[in-house]
Amino acid sequence: MMDEGTELSLTIAQIVQRLKATNLHSQIERQAKECLHRPEIQLESLKEDVRNFLKASGWERKLQNAVYRELHVQPLPRHPAAPPEHAKEPLAYMRKAQVNWEKRILKSLNSMCTELGVPLARKRPAVEQKELTNKWNEMGTDEPDLSRFRPVYAPKDFLEVLISLRNPNHDSSEEASAKSHWGLIQVPLHDRDIPQMREAYSELSLTTGQLGIDDHTHVPPDLFESEHILIGKKVVNEQDSAAAQQYSRQGCPTGLRADLWALVLNSTNEPEDVMHYEQLKAGVIHHDLLVDNLIYKDVKLTASNDDYYFVFEDFLYQVLLCFSRDTAVLEHFSYNSATPPKSYIQGKVGVEEFAVVYPPNGVIPFHGFSMYVAPLCFLYNEPSKLYSVFREMYVRYFFRLHSVSSSTSGIVSLCLQFERLLQTHLPQLFYHLREIGAQPLRIAFKWMVRAFSGYLSTDQLLLLWDRILGYDSLEIVAVLAAAVFAFRAENLMEVTSLTSAEAVLADLSTLKVMPLIQIFLFATVI
Amino acid sequence: MSVNTVPCTVKPTVTLQIGDAETDSSRPGVYVIDVTLPIGQTVNIQEISFKNYYTAYVSVRLLRRDGEGAARWATCLRNHCLMPSPHTEEGSQDYCSVYRQQMLIEPDNVTSVRLILRQPSSAWLNFSVEDIKIHPCLNEDSEWDIPDWLSDLTQVDQLCDLQGLPDPQTVSSSIQQMWALTEVMQTNQTTASIGRFDVDGCYDINLLSFT
Repeated sequence: MMDEGTELSLTIAQIVQRLKATNLHSQIERQAKECLHRPEIQLESLKEDVRNFLKASGWERKLQNAVYRELHVQPLPRHPAAPPEHAKEPLAYMRKAQVNWEKRILKSLNSMCTELGVPLARKRPAVEQKELTNKWNEMGTDEPDLSRFRPVYAPKDFLEVLISLRNPNHDSSEEASAKSHWGLIQVPLHDRDIPQMREAYSELSLTTGQLGIDDHTHVPPDLFESEHILIGKKVVNEQDSAAAQQYSRQGCPTGLRADLWALVLNSTNEPEDVMHYEQLKAGVIHHDLLVDNLIYKDVKLTASNDDYYFVFEDFLYQVLLCFSRDTAVLEHFSYNSATPPKSYIQGKVGVEEFAVVYPPNGVIPFHGFSMYVAPLCFLYNEPSKLYSVFREMYVRYFFRLHSVSSSTSGIVSLCLQFERLLQTHLPQLFYHLREIGAQPLRIAFKWMVRAFSGYLSTDQLLLLWDRILGYDSLEIVAVLAAAVFAFRAENLMEVTSLTSAEAVLADLSTLKVMPLIQIFLFATVI
Repeated sequence: MSVNTVPCTVKPTVTLQIGDAETDSSRPGVYVIDVTLPIGQTVNIQEISFKNYYTAYVSVRLLRRDGEGAARWATCLRNHCLMPSPHTEEGSQDYCSVYRQQMLIEPDNVTSVRLILRQPSSAWLNFSVEDIKIHPCLNEDSEWDIPDWLSDLTQVDQLCDLQGLPDPQTVSSSIQQMWALTEVMQTNQTTASIGRFDVDGCYDINLLSFT
């Protein structure tokens, strides 16, 4: 609520402060110094000439991309009276719910520790370190005994927490009224209806070309596909983040997707990124963490059992183990409603000099976490690049899928959005499912928590994630969930139990996501 | 945004309702909060800040004392929207400020502020605003007391022959340059972390703690 001028100055000051700390800053400085030798740089017009040089050599574009990235992850400027937790989550009852949920997770982890007699973290002896270094590229061949470990929580536990969320100031008297909500989520968050979404997602309309629809074999490529690929190549050549994001809204061609996503996320693979990855790898070699076992177990239970992803098992370990050691991830907690777990080394509880974050990146993996990484393995085969892209996707999007918050991309909003779309546009179906004890969210939740990873075929999933990046929001996931129910509505009207409803929706691997979304958003009668 | 605030009393909320307050079963949709300054004091308001609690719209009226000493009420903000969608959570618990520039009239010589809160939605059990603070204008042209010894300093142009000492102008400008350099060094301090998660190589942890 500050006036616009002050807000803008504050934002600029914050971004400048953050960028000064990056390698890009020193690189540009070095370039500016070195260009002074060039003949076209005149002393009289020094500032202008240096700026023109930086523009022509592409450094200004890199700076633009870096600023654009900062704008994505910067929390909104805070009111001076607002405490930091308000930036994480403005609603007090949601903060409380998140804190209670975290306490449950910590207790669960602690009890696993004490039961199994395994420390949360320990330094590896030299022999073990050497062994791990040798085995780094084939950790999947290891078959450690993971039977005693269990995942800290599964999505359905988290769903119960969301179902029990209540605003103490909300009038939830039991009288049925026009605004009665039939679903499981009972918090009054704002969501968009179909007319509003038609405006917001105008690039997905029936009259606009899409990858996932207009690149079908029987559509001549001249109509859309060839032109779209040409534009894509131009965008990659220009190295423009903002253009890449806009372009992704209509889908990324398979051959250009890796470069385009890296552009949108401003994910570089410079020597310092590779070095950072090696530093994380060293962290994995030196210390053994309990969460490593949770990661192993998760990969073995999910990705390794999946027909599409089992080949990437080794990559997944290489990414996820390093992810746990990355303290750079801690930055995102300023806009995440979650708080990283804390501990004290050497038993010195309460002594702040011995306080550490556990795991180092503050993120405790849950059952299915590795599915956030698995689809990316189709795009990147260099571990440091894969890691860089995954980390950026996590701190921009995926973290919202497993924390309690009022954000429009948060899982609570997605669940509510899904239920409201269903109730508004498929009321007969919703009512029927409710009556037979098959609340739709109980089936759709697991899809949304994973952003459909592992449920759709990979090419379809990547088309969906193109739009998540393009629109910088997870809302499309809720729309797809509703669209799937709309697609299978006829079959679902016939079922008489939750199990049979689940059976109808068990296999989504044949679905084509873009036609479903397009029809639901643009062909639904309202 | 000034940190200093003016001490004032916030009176208890008054409900505006049609019908009998006790027997009427529906909840009020309008509340009025009066904020008064100590008797005799007036303030030139720079900013009014508060924390919202499910209020959808706020109007602000000011009781100003004019030249002759008479006090008149005037509206300085009409139906300012705090919650874009009164049935839903957006903006419901935000920290807000109303600035001098947004006000319809000059908020000078104010003795009392009246906040009229409206919440048309029946979805909420209660609504109000909390932590109301009034920030006065900073006085830019206030006179400071200058200590005597400052005025005893010699004027620059009265200086006599330097006798081999460097020119004070060049000395002062080079000292200024050095100071500017130290400022630049300070502001260039990086906020990047080193990335170490252990403390002196040690990361032996047994249990997580709940704070």
